[in-house]
Amino acid sequence: MSGLLIALVGNPNCGKTALFNQLTGARQKVANFAGVTVERKEGSFTAPSGRVIKVLDLPGAYSLDALGPDEIITRDVCMGKVAEVGAPDVIVCVADATNLRLNLRFVLEIRKLGRPMVLALNMMDAAHKRGIHIDQDRLQARLGIPVIQTVAIAGGGAKHLIEHIDTQSIEAPTIAGNERDVHLEVRDILNAAVTMPSFTAKIDDQLDGVLLNPVFGLPILALLMFVVFQAVFAWATPLMDGIEGLFGWAADMVRTHMPEGLLRSFIADAMISGVGSVLVFLPQILILFFFILVLEESGYLPRAAFLLDTLMARAGLTGRAFIPLLSSFACAIPGVMATRSIHDIRDRLTTIMIAPLMTCSARLPVYALLIAAFIPERQVWGVLSFQGLVLFGLYIAGILSALIVAWVMKLLRTDKSPAMLLMELPSYRLPNPRNLALGLWERAGIFMRRITGVIFAANTLLWVLATFPRPPANATQPAIDYSFAGMIGHAIEPIFSPIGFTWEICIALIPGMAAREVAVSALGTVYAISGSEDAVANQLQATVAAQWSLATGFSLLAWYIFAPQCLSTLAVIRRETNSWKFVGITAGYLFALAYLASFLTYSVTKMVTG
Amino acid sequence: MKLSDLPLHSAAIVVDVADLGADDRVGRRLRELGFVADEPVKVVAKGPFRAEPLLIQIGFTRFALRRAEADRVQVRTA
Repeated sequence: MSGLLIALVGNPNCGKTALFNQLTGARQKVANFAGVTVERKEGSFTAPSGRVIKVLDLPGAYSLDALGPDEIITRDVCMGKVAEVGAPDVIVCVADATNLRLNLRFVLEIRKLGRPMVLALNMMDAAHKRGIHIDQDRLQARLGIPVIQTVAIAGGGAKHLIEHIDTQSIEAPTIAGNERDVHLEVRDILNAAVTMPSFTAKIDDQLDGVLLNPVFGLPILALLMFVVFQAVFAWATPLMDGIEGLFGWAADMVRTHMPEGLLRSFIADAMISGVGSVLVFLPQILILFFFILVLEESGYLPRAAFLLDTLMARAGLTGRAFIPLLSSFACAIPGVMATRSIHDIRDRLTTIMIAPLMTCSARLPVYALLIAAFIPERQVWGVLSFQGLVLFGLYIAGILSALIVAWVMKLLRTDKSPAMLLMELPSYRLPNPRNLALGLWERAGIFMRRITGVIFAANTLLWVLATFPRPPANATQPAIDYSFAGMIGHAIEPIFSPIGFTWEICIALIPGMAAREVAVSALGTVYAISGSEDAVANQLQATVAAQWSLATGFSLLAWYIFAPQCLSTLAVIRRETNSWKFVGITAGYLFALAYLASFLTYSVTKMVTG
Repeated sequence: MKLSDLPLHSAAIVVDVADLGADDRVGRRLRELGFVADEPVKVVAKGPFRAEPLLIQIGFTRFALRRAEADRVQVRTA
């Protein structure tokens, strides 16, 4: 036999994905199952025998009596009903050794399918620490399937599993499912094979006592979020300065060493300035994702959902919506996709609709540019950065408007029956560096592909539009005024002049449809082409600060709190809701709010500043 | 007594889970997650607003339940 397909299944929080990372390392690819929006995570490794083993990481499930699309896919793949992957040769059932009572129930359900399977007893290190003793031979005899111990988070922790799959031929269970109550059977098995000094880990009890405390819980959550956003702004600065310097130097080299002409303009303005102005935000995006991953891995995120559930229920959401909404701070696309863990369809639609209001990392470049240009940097109370505080305020503005929109949605609902929460709070864990690194690597890859793909394409197109037709010989205005981009910008300017947008901003908004952060690189390109040599030598931030009024700067900030123009988000909403009407409603309300907010901001600022 | 009426940290035993309505997904899922007769159960924390949701320890696992969900579970004190 050459290739072998194994499928990892198990309850949520059993360490299945960590085991998947351990098995496959960075050789992973993520796609979707055909026709549904369930993530299909696949990878492979080469066993000592030289055989290539394909691994499928199925979504976590509590039961084959499936609730929601994720559990349905897991059930169907296990039953061999999904044509695109076929029946797995071996089902690796992953169980958290510290949570066997819950996990074994699902193992017994899988066993009933009568397919070749092994049980990976994961988190054996945590089990040892808690003094849990598992009699592997007895467990194996009782279950009638091979039982293998793994420590997914330690190097070599899956060695025995790999050996077993590689060298043994794995058969269907020797004990067929009977009609006994699974709970009673689990109880019997645990009595026979497992001794456990206590039901819970002491550390979980102590941490929950503090972190879920009715008085301290919420302030701790607020403090954590605050530290995260301060860090995003403060820690990233040296790295960003470095990247900015590097690209500035590269553009200068091109400008000094290449002959004047179209090619020089293309390389310096579209390629280097355009890409550099977005790449500079990679450090901030990675820092934000680092914190999200740490909070997720440590088990804190469901606790945050617990603390916020009642508050969010009042706005017509569920605590579960906290996790997709927090992901939306990085990007609304994974956020919208993560709403699949919300079983209630009304809660899910509301969450999808407000996910674009969470300040995604693509807005960070725009915010960062405008804040640096218009908000003076000073220390507040000696330690806090004033610019960081403004950024925090923008995030809060997004959250508050999301709550209001959700609340309005709730009032418009016809079906007012209560929704379901029912959420497991896993044990606390120290985040594993390997999983963090892989998660960040994946994120950096997605960002780089966006830069080299859609952002680069949009910039090239914009450069063409901004360069042709060329100005006449007796031109009195900057070249860009005569170009297609100039014409378009001037044509739509009347729509946006009541909210203070210049025609350069209008031009930048168009390629910004492809991805919000493109607006920054587009501004870079527009000003690089239209500006004098002096302006080009300056940073975009200085140009913007000099050319825009304070009111225009604030107005654009307000616009980007709502900023409807992200085609990928609208596309993913269409895919997840399967409804154009829903896409229309979302885009329409975002656009209306953006225009209104900018109009108010512009008018008020102009009145105050004169 | 109902699980939602159980005082914080007091030990109890599940009597049963009653379905609300004909096809009660919540009731079914609660039983799948281990809310079955004779299982020890405890309320270990309550949310900051209106003492909701409830954090329930059942077996080795903790679940967050809204009161409306916990209302399905009948318990007796141990």
